[in-house]
Amino acid sequence: MTGPTAGRADTATHRLPAWRAPAATRSNALPAGAWWLWALGLATAASRTTNPLLLGLLVGVAGYVVAARRTDAPWARSYGMFIRIGLFVIAVRLLFSVFLGSPIPGTHTLFTLPEVPLPDWAKGVRIGGRVTAEQMLFALYDGAKLAALLICVGAANSLANPARLLKSLPGALYEAGVAVVVAMTFAPNMVADVLRLRTARRLRGRPTGGVRAVLQIGLPVLEGALERSVAVAASMDARGYGRTARVPAVVRHTTNALTLGGLLGVCAGTYGLLAAEGAGYGVPLLVAGLLAAMAGLRLGGARSVRTRYRPDRWGVRAWLVAGSGAAVAAAMIWAGNADPAALHPGVVPLTAPVLPLWPAAAVLLGLLPAVVAPVPPSPTGFEEQV
Amino acid sequence: MIRFDDVSVRYEGAGRPTLAGVDLTVPEGELVLLVGPSGVGKSTLLGAVSGLVPHFTGGTLTGRVTVDGRDTRTHKPRELADLVGTVGQDPLAHFVTDTVEDELAYGMESLGLAPDVMRRRVEETLDLLGLAGLRDRPIATLSGGQQQRVAIGSVLTPHPRVLVLDEPTSALDPAAAEEVLAVLQRLVHDLGTTVLMAEHRLERVVQYADRVVLLPSPGAPPVMGAPADIMAVSPVHPPVVALGRLADWEPLPLSVRDARRRAGGLRDRLADVAPGHPAPDAPGAPADPLPPRTAPSRSALARLFRRAPHEAPAPDPATGGPGGTPAAQAERLGVRRGRVEALRRVTLTVRAGETVALMGRNGAGKSTLLGALVGMVEPTSGTVLTGGLAPHRTPPREMVRRVGLVPQEPRDLLYADTVAAECAAADADAGAEPGSCRALVSELLPGVADDTHPRDLSEGQRLALALALVLTAPPPLLLLDEPTRGLDYAAKARLVGVLRALAAEGHAIVLATHDVELAAELAHRVVILADGEVVADGPTAEVVVSSPAFSPQTAKILAPQEWLTVSQVRAALEGGA
Repeated sequence: MTGPTAGRADTATHRLPAWRAPAATRSNALPAGAWWLWALGLATAASRTTNPLLLGLLVGVAGYVVAARRTDAPWARSYGMFIRIGLFVIAVRLLFSVFLGSPIPGTHTLFTLPEVPLPDWAKGVRIGGRVTAEQMLFALYDGAKLAALLICVGAANSLANPARLLKSLPGALYEAGVAVVVAMTFAPNMVADVLRLRTARRLRGRPTGGVRAVLQIGLPVLEGALERSVAVAASMDARGYGRTARVPAVVRHTTNALTLGGLLGVCAGTYGLLAAEGAGYGVPLLVAGLLAAMAGLRLGGARSVRTRYRPDRWGVRAWLVAGSGAAVAAAMIWAGNADPAALHPGVVPLTAPVLPLWPAAAVLLGLLPAVVAPVPPSPTGFEEQV
Repeated sequence: MIRFDDVSVRYEGAGRPTLAGVDLTVPEGELVLLVGPSGVGKSTLLGAVSGLVPHFTGGTLTGRVTVDGRDTRTHKPRELADLVGTVGQDPLAHFVTDTVEDELAYGMESLGLAPDVMRRRVEETLDLLGLAGLRDRPIATLSGGQQQRVAIGSVLTPHPRVLVLDEPTSALDPAAAEEVLAVLQRLVHDLGTTVLMAEHRLERVVQYADRVVLLPSPGAPPVMGAPADIMAVSPVHPPVVALGRLADWEPLPLSVRDARRRAGGLRDRLADVAPGHPAPDAPGAPADPLPPRTAPSRSALARLFRRAPHEAPAPDPATGGPGGTPAAQAERLGVRRGRVEALRRVTLTVRAGETVALMGRNGAGKSTLLGALVGMVEPTSGTVLTGGLAPHRTPPREMVRRVGLVPQEPRDLLYADTVAAECAAADADAGAEPGSCRALVSELLPGVADDTHPRDLSEGQRLALALALVLTAPPPLLLLDEPTRGLDYAAKARLVGVLRALAAEGHAIVLATHDVELAAELAHRVVILADGEVVADGPTAEVVVSSPAFSPQTAKILAPQEWLTVSQVRAALEGGA
């Protein structure tokens, strides 16, 4: 990755150009935040269009990057799950459209369901009735947008270690982050407990499946989880969790005032933004509140004595990954203003969607992480970080 | 370094104090071993050092505990964290983070050490404990021994001056235990760390101890002294001490090396007894199981087995030989978990009346093999037949009459909230007459009331209860996974007695264990697994004596003669005298 190594004469191994992604180690690991920014960029882009071709391209880009850069850690397997959830969302959206009708006017009737007669006061609600091609297409586009959004989030989820994301919280919130991390390790432990106890039922000569099995092992599993949480709490305490430094009373009071005041400011500012009459003072109040709250958190961090072991560093590659997501989002927002029709293909009358060239090219920018992000060891046995 | 001044601890609702009148001083830089039977308050005493007792566990502590001058009354566990490192019995309950490296750094982060110091110490500790190859691994994927080493490493990184360990080697195979002990030795010798540890497997640790603290019985004051002096009177002692007491060696040897130096005379006396043939209570060769009906069987156990409705659990001696139906048979068995081959081409036959010990390092596939025999694990290749049926395809109700497994954690078998309910459920599950299970429990666990909650039982009692539940069926093949974890010598001796009786009645028994002494006491045959393959399979004496890691202390002391247990030697001496 650096200059000097490129100059070394090494005939045995073929040399890679310095810009090519290195093998992932802890030192060059991308911060979880970078992956999340990239994915949120793609998600923002997805929310700006209903063009199925663009949405498909976005999902494809996210999927390719996940395939190229995910590890074999447990959270990395969640991507398939998110795709299934996405398909489920589309199916639900279509079903709703079929049974509840849609305000989209259409002329191409696909079929007609028997309509449930509703009383007068339920005007505007329809159950059953005519189902048109236009309304189905609209529902499909709409569902696809939601599904693409979800899949982008799923991509971040499977690329970024959730525990590391929580560890990048500011010092004052660190302890809360640890609590969440511990809670997260509990879920897989409980699943393992359930599996173990279910197979253990076999040893008593009882069937391992069925509702009764689950009910009978429920209590032991919960008891086990409770015991484990007490044990972990004891271990954390014995290892110095919650040690605090002595801070002067002035600092403590300032911290409280800043945090409380800041949060109040944030509330008032948000109210101002949302309410009709307060738009003028909303933004400055919100900003001031946020600044005060952040200052409070920062001061609060002084109470905590803890330090960080090998925090993730934002390097060039992290900026490139996060930047590529942001670029996709920006390009799509810009395209939405410049040529709204291309991003929202019409459904009345029915037209085939076309792939707008420039937005599509911009989406491809999202592939950058598949080139620049460090390559994780392959699940099929990777020699000790070559 | 650690001082106890007249300390007593009483828990809420307990009739008598768990600890009483403890006066103790542990000097700096010593390795102090805490011994005593189960339930005498060893864990409570250890917890009091780190302040977890009573700050975390509740209960009332009277008297005064100070560590390096800090009073635990005024210092919470977190304020002692830079001074005391504690590792409990279950390493999994110790971990706060998800990867090895983060776990090692966690304690230092809490103490606020500088990042470059943390980095250096993590690297040093990874090397010290041989964990460098595992640094990025999720902790959940490690084997038991690796987890134990990570747990110890995680408290070492803040460089505590006192290390408190509760049974650090109980769950480990002999080699991993040696590794952990070598690390502790190094800490004591090179860094002057004070180590206080409790351990049941004395044969592994007693020779490393500078001092031994004996808690003789619940509520009794502790006795502290030189290891040899304490061992001479201790109710719990390793085989080397038992042999030394038997042969009146003075001073009492604590290590195999010391004992061997004095064992010349004993070896000469035993030479005439021709160690080639097994001593009276040593198990016979696998091909001739003891005839099941010879013993006067008045026990509830025996009555139950005679009532067994299915094929007789104990075949006649005539059919028990190589021609008889094996209790379990695995032929070129392979099991895969994802990409990992947990078992590969394992061929194993277990006959009625035979006791087989499965040994091998943590993660070698012992539990998987037991799981495959009982139907919890589906084979990917090869065949398994247990009692003539393929276990994973047979409904559990059928299987339970052919094979019983006591899992590593006997608790997994217990669902009900009283012993009586547990027994009633077991009778119903096995289709046995009501009361059969209770009769077994009364025999294995005398004096346990019907309304006791299974969770209030001690480790050994819980194991006995699980064993009784499994035996209710009664299965001709009995599997035990790591049965002596957490058992003291007395509980172990009771277990050995029970299992011997079962084997004599024609049960086939397979135990997966790290406990070489147990294998030597019980097994006719030892099978050693490594990386999912069988690397040794033969009579106990042959396999065990030829391997330094798996041989019991008696065998090491009396080698090249093939004596395995102290009781064997005692019987031979009495017979010869």
